[in-house]
Amino acid sequence: MPNLHELEYVNDIIKKYNQSPKELIAILLEVQEASGKNYVSEECADIIAKELNIPVSVVFDDLTFYAMFSTKPRGKYVIELCKSAACYVNDSKKVVKLFEEALGIKMGQTTEDGLFTLQYTECIGACKVSPAMKIGDRVYGNLDKQKIDDILNSYREGLICQNK
Amino acid sequence: MSKQVKIISARCGNIRPDSIEDYVNAGGYTSLEKALKMNSADIIEEVKKSNLMGRGGAAYPTGKKWEQLFRIKNDPKYIVCNADEGEPGTFKDQLLLNQDPFEVIEGMTIAGFVFNSHDGYIYIRGEYGVSQKIMKNAVETAKRTGYLGNNILGTNFSYDIHVVSGAGAYVCGENSALLNSIEGKPGRPRIKPPHLAEFGLFLKPTLVNNVESYACIPYIVENGGDKFSKLGTESSGGTKLVCTSGNVNNKDVFEVPFGITLRELIYDKEFGNGIPNGRKLKMVHIGGQSGSCFPEELLDTKLCYKELKSKGLSVGSGALVVIDDSHCIIDYLLCVSEFFIQESCGKCTPCREGNQQIHALLSKFADGTAVNEDLNTMMRLSKLMKTGSFCGLGQTATAALDSCLKYFRNEFEEHMDKKCRAGVCDFKGGVK
Repeated sequence: MPNLHELEYVNDIIKKYNQSPKELIAILLEVQEASGKNYVSEECADIIAKELNIPVSVVFDDLTFYAMFSTKPRGKYVIELCKSAACYVNDSKKVVKLFEEALGIKMGQTTEDGLFTLQYTECIGACKVSPAMKIGDRVYGNLDKQKIDDILNSYREGLICQNK
Repeated sequence: MSKQVKIISARCGNIRPDSIEDYVNAGGYTSLEKALKMNSADIIEEVKKSNLMGRGGAAYPTGKKWEQLFRIKNDPKYIVCNADEGEPGTFKDQLLLNQDPFEVIEGMTIAGFVFNSHDGYIYIRGEYGVSQKIMKNAVETAKRTGYLGNNILGTNFSYDIHVVSGAGAYVCGENSALLNSIEGKPGRPRIKPPHLAEFGLFLKPTLVNNVESYACIPYIVENGGDKFSKLGTESSGGTKLVCTSGNVNNKDVFEVPFGITLRELIYDKEFGNGIPNGRKLKMVHIGGQSGSCFPEELLDTKLCYKELKSKGLSVGSGALVVIDDSHCIIDYLLCVSEFFIQESCGKCTPCREGNQQIHALLSKFADGTAVNEDLNTMMRLSKLMKTGSFCGLGQTATAALDSCLKYFRNEFEEHMDKKCRAGVCDFKGGVK
């Protein structure tokens, strides 16, 4: 269990939002991003519940309702593949296979080095360049083997060091 | 000559979206200046005359919605913009948010003035991180330059806009679910009545409109409702943003007049520009995942609420997902069904369990183990979901299935005989 000092950033985020329960989603999004592992831990959820003066079940209600939250640690970069209709008819299934091969993991898993998690996302509105995916706020489209290798390498080599 | 009529997307791509000077130089904010000198009832009258139908999908008359809220005397009132553009194949609101954010802000500000509201909220889905940043930046710029904040343009009117992020939930596109989400709660829909005009955000009177609807307001105020109305057909004034995607050469957003045919949108060089790879059209899924699929025979139908309705179709979100003949009906419907299983909020049984059962039955067709009775069971379930579900999500989740049963029933029957004309299902346990 991390010591409370390490979780000081959680309190900072809560303060930024004036300890307001109506900002719970915004707080959780920021805490998740700041975690470095793209998740909200039980310890963080406890702190948030205490500081907002709400039951921890209310925090978990949001955490488990919204698809963008995870309560389990994920990779530093979460690769989110679109499988909605527009990408689906442009062979997004093949893109899943290409990623699984390139990363040596299955959909839903995280690479051993903790760098990448592979998962699905809702439609990201990138239908113009389908099949598409996103990492953080960055959207990548017209995916093929070469492009996928290039993207993964750019993250591995640290050429892109932030999600935003 | 171009068939596009660019009214609300005219500035997109032609101005720097982060520059309020560009926006003003391109005619922006003249409508707000005009509106601030008008009285609220007159503005609502213009919106009514415009015959603008809500662009989020439900096509409720915007003027009527405004009039209903205007009659309610409680304070404060909130202005909410639904930017939870989650319908797969839809990316038209994203275009406006990213390329002409001040137009959306201006529309919301005029609405704020009409209802003497001091707070507007724009709820942008979590997947649109870039749009959120552009919008937050635009709101700050508008505040700095006197177009938002205290005493807007030197008047007594003060109004602020808050940018709120979703966190991944399609159901939040439903207005009452969206309001719950702004309040920090899970986005489960509320029971109606009471209507949101009476008890909306924080249980106060609230106006909720789509991004595209707000973007129409500056044009309506500036040019009058009649002029906007004349751009469209009898069943809706103005223009419509449509999105082509899937198996089509040109995947993009187009602003078109109502009355254009679906064939033009898919085959014209200026629009979809036909099907790639020498394939043939199988069907088009119109209006989002909650819309219907239609075959080639209906391509000459006009984009018009009334005419589409007469064929059992709807404009919906403006999505046109084109599907070529390399795809299998059953396989595609499994994709649609998986989407609704994922997105059902779980609050009501018909939607939560119904989608699971539909998926199980479709899987039998993919396996080649389906029997005639399964077709009847699917139709019965679909009817139950349509009539028994709590909100629009469950009520429309089987629209695609129903339409495919209507137009492609022979392919369901072929699957009972272990035949898949697209060669997608291998009948050894489902889809290849």
